[in-house]
Amino acid sequence: MNFEFPALPYAYDALEPHIDKLTMEIHHTKHHKAYFDKFTAAISGTELESKSIEDIFSNISKAPLAVRNNGGGFYNHNLFWQILSPKGGGAPGGKLAEAIDSKFGSFEDFKTKFNDAAANRFGSGWAWLSVKSDNSLCVCSSANQDNPLMDVHDCPGLPVLGLDVWEHAYYLKYQNRRPEYINAFWSLVNWEKVSENYQRALK
Amino acid sequence: MNKKIFLACFVAFAATFSTSSFAQAVKVKPVKKQTEARPVETTPSDLKTDVIKKPMLIPASGNQGSDWSSPAGELAFPALPYAYDALEPAIDKLTVEIHYDRHHRAYYNNFAKAISGTEFASMPITDIFAKISDMPVSVRNNGGGFYNHVIYWENLSPKGGGEPGGELAEMIKKQFGEYTKFVEKFEDAAKTRFGSGWAWLSVDPKNGELFISSSPNQDNPLMNTSERMGTPILALDVWEHAYYLKYQNKRADYISAFWKIVNWPVVEKRYMQAKSKK
Repeated sequence: MNFEFPALPYAYDALEPHIDKLTMEIHHTKHHKAYFDKFTAAISGTELESKSIEDIFSNISKAPLAVRNNGGGFYNHNLFWQILSPKGGGAPGGKLAEAIDSKFGSFEDFKTKFNDAAANRFGSGWAWLSVKSDNSLCVCSSANQDNPLMDVHDCPGLPVLGLDVWEHAYYLKYQNRRPEYINAFWSLVNWEKVSENYQRALK
Repeated sequence: MNKKIFLACFVAFAATFSTSSFAQAVKVKPVKKQTEARPVETTPSDLKTDVIKKPMLIPASGNQGSDWSSPAGELAFPALPYAYDALEPAIDKLTVEIHYDRHHRAYYNNFAKAISGTEFASMPITDIFAKISDMPVSVRNNGGGFYNHVIYWENLSPKGGGEPGGELAEMIKKQFGEYTKFVEKFEDAAKTRFGSGWAWLSVDPKNGELFISSSPNQDNPLMNTSERMGTPILALDVWEHAYYLKYQNKRADYISAFWKIVNWPVVEKRYMQAKSKK
């Protein structure tokens, strides 16, 4: 099995005050860990065990539901922790900034579109910035633990930025005020990492 | 756990959670209970109390059941049939307050807005649900959110718990075997609903049979998008907002606690009403 549960790349209280320590601790050690455990249990002893997670997602419609839900939960949180940083915030630079301007008009226009995707996802889910197969950028959202790599997604691509809008991601601090959590997210985005993801996604 | 940081962020929670498992789990020093504590970072000014036109919910002692036959546009936002702290310790005060006063109220307001000035305003909400696949998604999400929470609050009671009686008890035994088998099956539906949603006990209008199901988001068994349609008589909200402040990732503990506050007389009354309509 080539999957490992990753350590959080910063301390649980590192994202304060935007995301509180207790939320981070439960989110990583309980929710994320449970997805990892259930995902590895679901693929253990099956042919999926030797595949990459991208390959698994590209045929997720034929996989058991436990693989879809827990594999998505495992992968999505891996990406989420990476694109956050206590030193985050600001705006992207380089080629990513150019691509955002060219696709959405401006960084502010992009943020508005992303905020809408995150605020309007009803129930549990994620908002994404992904790179499509023609190298263009795309903002979308997905239900539950689905993501744009899954063959069930209506906007397929490689996600480079993800925002968890399950209530467990923000409820202890923000309760019903999801827009405030979304707003706080921008103070934490690790644009260097997102740019790296973008460069790697280009074909 | 850095107590200083924790207390800075959660002092209002700690005040209301001083006796909860949450407080014990994170080893917060007991804080003197403040009965008037407000949710963190919220202001009373954005609450709209003037939307209460007429009480639709029955009191916990009532058993009349909600009347859904009025046009949807005339339905009122019902009062909670008990105090915010009445369901402690099964469901904590702050959760009930935010759940009712923010989430439920927002669904009601958004539903009212979505049907205002449309033909849907003159239809009973149950008729709207029966045609929900043709409706705008805002009607589905907010209409469901409004209706489901009324059903939920009404089938909870500080004096709840125990087991059902009467014809409902007989029917449960007949269809599920022992009461504990029914509980197991209902809990399974509630635990395995991935993401946000509800668990239901409903009556099939075709044959009067009971059935257990779950639905995503704010869908319910009255909607024609359901795998099996029926009249819901018992509802359990398994959105994280229903339990996260007290139970966090431990949904199973919340589900166990639910049985201690089920208002079985109301569920029995609904069963008899639904059965008579078949």
